[in-house]
Amino acid sequence: MSWFIRKEKGINTPTEMKREAPDGLWYQCPNCKKITPTREHKQNAFTCPHCNYHEKVGSDVYFNLLFDDNEFVELDANLTSGDPLHFVDTKAYPDRIKSTMQKTGLNDAVRTGYGKMNELDLVIACMDFNFIGGSMGSVVGEKIARAISYALEHKVPFLMISKSGGARMMEAGFSLMQMAKTSARLAQLSEAKVPYISLLTDPTTGGVTASYAMLGDFNISEPEALIGFAGPRVIRETIGKDLPKGFQSAEFVLEHGFLDFIVDRKDLKDKLTSLLSMIS
Amino acid sequence: MRTYLDFEKPMAELERKLEEMKTLAKENNVDFSDAISLLEGNITNLRKEIFENLTRWQRVQLSRHPDRPYTLDYIELICDEFIELHGDRQVRDDPAIIGGLANVGGQSFMLIGQQKGRNTKQRQHRNFGMPNPEGYRKALRLMKLAEKFNKPIVTLIDTPGAFPGMEAEERGQGEAIARNLKEMFMLKVPVICIVIGEGASGGALGIAIGDRVLMLENTWYSVISPENCSAILWRSWDFKEQAAEAMKITAKDMKKNKLIDGIISEPLGGAHLDHNWMAEELKRVILENIKELAAIGDQDRIDQRIDKFCAMGVVVE
Ligand SMILES: [Zn+2]
Repeated sequence: MSWFIRKEKGINTPTEMKREAPDGLWYQCPNCKKITPTREHKQNAFTCPHCNYHEKVGSDVYFNLLFDDNEFVELDANLTSGDPLHFVDTKAYPDRIKSTMQKTGLNDAVRTGYGKMNELDLVIACMDFNFIGGSMGSVVGEKIARAISYALEHKVPFLMISKSGGARMMEAGFSLMQMAKTSARLAQLSEAKVPYISLLTDPTTGGVTASYAMLGDFNISEPEALIGFAGPRVIRETIGKDLPKGFQSAEFVLEHGFLDFIVDRKDLKDKLTSLLSMIS
Repeated sequence: MRTYLDFEKPMAELERKLEEMKTLAKENNVDFSDAISLLEGNITNLRKEIFENLTRWQRVQLSRHPDRPYTLDYIELICDEFIELHGDRQVRDDPAIIGGLANVGGQSFMLIGQQKGRNTKQRQHRNFGMPNPEGYRKALRLMKLAEKFNKPIVTLIDTPGAFPGMEAEERGQGEAIARNLKEMFMLKVPVICIVIGEGASGGALGIAIGDRVLMLENTWYSVISPENCSAILWRSWDFKEQAAEAMKITAKDMKKNKLIDGIISEPLGGAHLDHNWMAEELKRVILENIKELAAIGDQDRIDQRIDKFCAMGVVVE
């Protein structure tokens, strides 16, 4: 076993593994290369104490971070994907789903639940990038829509944590219409004046950006998260040249007026609590 | 000069002969009418045969046929009056989306449509029908105007996608589309959305939240183009036919999967063969749907619109 948990930037180790990593191991930051004890890194909400690099984390980390004592009721946990198009590319879609479920221990690319954050009621939907790139298919759309409906019914603020490459091509037209579905429910939530906070994390692109992620009463992000509609590769191919450094970073998106603020993950819970307290 | 797609080529030879025969008859003042009608019958039969067995990829090709009617053609052919309204009131006017007040047989409504170009210069001007955020914001501004003056809204969708450029990102392409989705659900007036060519992804959906979403027979509507789907899933551009089949992107597929409300017939051989016929049919369908939707109360219409889209998707409980 290697002394360091080696990780390449952008490649995700299942959070399951990180959680079970025994104390005494070290985390090497893929950004500044400096090492931090795993325990300290975890206490720092999986952000680097040296350079503030935010490691990609999954729904279990965010739920643990935000819900008091990690207590929450998960909604629609058993919803899984169908295969309405009998889609086959290099692999049959149901096989892809099955192997991803086994690999990640997740049922799809979003988990939803309600609980208390510093004693305030809150509904959270949080995406998992590990599950086919956090792509949005029917399950993602449906679970988010239902979570919004729950928030609407109980007049509880809704927090969406996005992390997605965009649409799930294997659900083609069905995937596209999840953008419409989630936006419909958000329109209703907005009419009822129930607060909606959208946290865009690294990366949030494609159809997710072009629907619920950009529709918050408050759009917020983590430092240096990639946020965009078209992915950097597509833009590069369109314009035929390299993109300037920092293009489509959270800071860039803030500067152009599409984010309210950027918050460090370790400050997220307190800042959200202040925000919600001030509008309640 | 007509453009023939590869699968239209068998007809090209017969049509050339037909033209020759007609010219000959006219020049020499002879009656070839029997031979001409025989040949015309043959062409029709051949066309029927070919069009009964179109693949999904062939429909994609038809949706992009260079002679296919665009938004401006329909405006020209359908509207008794049309006053174009420009600009998003923030940045600029986006020529890839046209909007304005239309009067069709005494019925006025807001008409908004994506516009491709017919020649190189026009194509550049219209950005190949790929809107920037300003286009979506102009569309929303006009929809709100329509709502204010209690006029129905008709949108015509024909785009290879929202423009993936640097400035589009800087000005919030994602936000512009997202806002349209949300706002269109709450519009108090009837909204009819018709895919007249290509319906690519969020760029199409951004003006396609309606009480009636309809597709012309030879169009496609999906989350990504077959070419890009091929590039991503097969890691090669060569699987576009398979991608089109796998994604089930035709009007018939979308109707079967309950992702659209209906299909509008095209003339045999495709809309490009008879712009007048196509425009008449489109006009009939628009007026009919406006009439039906006007009979529903505003809140009921909004509720039905929301319920319809919220029912889309397949999950296992
Ligand atoms: Zn670091």
